[in-house]
Amino acid sequence: MESPAVEIIDLVKRYGRTTAIDGLTFSAARGAVTAILGPNGAGKTTTVEICEGFRRADGGTVNVLGLDPSRAELRAKVGVMLQAGGVPPAMRCGEWLRLMSRFHASPLDPAALLDRLGLTEHARTPYRRMSGGQQQRVSLAAAVIGRPELVFLDEPTAGLDPQARHACWELVSDLRTAGVSVVLTTHHMDEAEKLSDQIVIIDHGRVVAEGTPTSLTGAERQLRFRARPGLSLDELLAALPGGSAAKESPSGHYIIEGQVGPELLATVTTWCAAEGVTADDLSIERRTLEDVFLELTGRELR
Amino acid sequence: MTTLDFAPAPGAAPLHRMVLAQAGAEIRSMLRNGEQLLLTMIIPVLLLVGFSAAPLVDVGGGSRVDFMTPGVLALAVMSTAFTGQAIATGFERRYGVLKRLGATPLSRTGLMLAKTLAVVAVEIIQVVVLSGVAIALGWRPASSPLAVVSLILLILLGTAAFSGLGLLMAGTLRAEATLAGANLVYLVLLGCGGVVFPLSKFPESVRPVLEALPISALTGGLRSVLTDGAGLPLAAVAILAAWAAVSLFITSRTFRWE
Repeated sequence: MESPAVEIIDLVKRYGRTTAIDGLTFSAARGAVTAILGPNGAGKTTTVEICEGFRRADGGTVNVLGLDPSRAELRAKVGVMLQAGGVPPAMRCGEWLRLMSRFHASPLDPAALLDRLGLTEHARTPYRRMSGGQQQRVSLAAAVIGRPELVFLDEPTAGLDPQARHACWELVSDLRTAGVSVVLTTHHMDEAEKLSDQIVIIDHGRVVAEGTPTSLTGAERQLRFRARPGLSLDELLAALPGGSAAKESPSGHYIIEGQVGPELLATVTTWCAAEGVTADDLSIERRTLEDVFLELTGRELR
Repeated sequence: MTTLDFAPAPGAAPLHRMVLAQAGAEIRSMLRNGEQLLLTMIIPVLLLVGFSAAPLVDVGGGSRVDFMTPGVLALAVMSTAFTGQAIATGFERRYGVLKRLGATPLSRTGLMLAKTLAVVAVEIIQVVVLSGVAIALGWRPASSPLAVVSLILLILLGTAAFSGLGLLMAGTLRAEATLAGANLVYLVLLGCGGVVFPLSKFPESVRPVLEALPISALTGGLRSVLTDGAGLPLAAVAILAAWAAVSLFITSRTFRWE
């Protein structure tokens, strides 16, 4: 069987006394888009940089395309987009992409790639004179120019305006269609949900959940409302059909899960009337990744 | 819109193509950088013209341009291999360029080879320009085959010694510290390395120290070959080789890519 694009088992990385990665295990399938989702400081960049060969693990096993990340042959097979920088500030972006293309045996045409990312008119602009969004696109272009098998994108849409973000999403989706494996980090739930086949949620250097976007958020819908904190939910639970769940999280925010339909809605409002409370912002929604994250860690994602 | 085929087709280019591409980029960036040109071209030419034309320094008999040219050639080598390279590499490290290049098929050895090629290419331009100016000012250097071989060997050893020292700074200090330090060292060595002021003008007690500096060895070596028509200056060769060996060894142990 072909090895996964990335396979990480019990990864540990310490910086001095701080444990940045604490027994991380997951794998990223070939030809799929895998998103590593987590708040700032969760260990996303450290994980990716170990896979890219920039940092050495203190423990555990990491295989990239079945090889140790330090292996030189990976440099041609793997495309890398750093979180920031990496381009000489005085260099024109067209020149940088032509240079990067010359390191590869059958690269993409730099001019066509510039065109695709809407950078043609900036080909002669020095990198330092470009906007943050344009700089991000140059780095993204450099990551894919060598026609890699696997691409690591560290926060590819950080600081992008909505239009540029959309262009980036389209490129990732084209890479996936072409059979390129993509591993990206993000702290945008919508990005992870929209782009990825597999999501790995990490916090404090550990995997807290992983799965497809649907499996993580669940197909079920939930009913949410706000009311005065500290209501006793026992009577409500007794009135709801079996298999339903009710909870207050965070304080003053109530979430009811189960067969969300007219009957459940009626039961909840009846209970509210009996308790003498008005339910504010009553809504029926699908769970979001934000909810999943909050549930698992007790913290907001951002 | 152009269609792009993203289907994986990975592979590294042949080493020579990668090294030449990187060397070309390095040469362009050196020649495009105003501050670098000031150090590598303008200051050496001004020193050469100024001190050759006007009797500002007592060179101890003989033609002033014959005395000045070898010193200015040595200064040119130092400005490119040491000062320019230290500052450029320090900032490449700071901006993550070295890190990013580490993720390409160009190996670290390939990158160092490219940097060396670029430095040597710029030195060739410097030697051509400075020799042209010097000859116009009446410079008549020794030009025997042995002198040419000695000249090339001294410049290569000087390049190795100064590159080692420059990369040592670039790979360990903050970019701003490298910028300040490399310029300071350039000035100090310009003053105390026999480039413009003969070492014989310095007190007897400090002369052995000054003579052991790489800039003095290169200046003295070039002067004895080009001006005095002497054979290969073994002492200068030994001093430069020692500086090169020590600095490159320490650099290889301490250089931080990030």
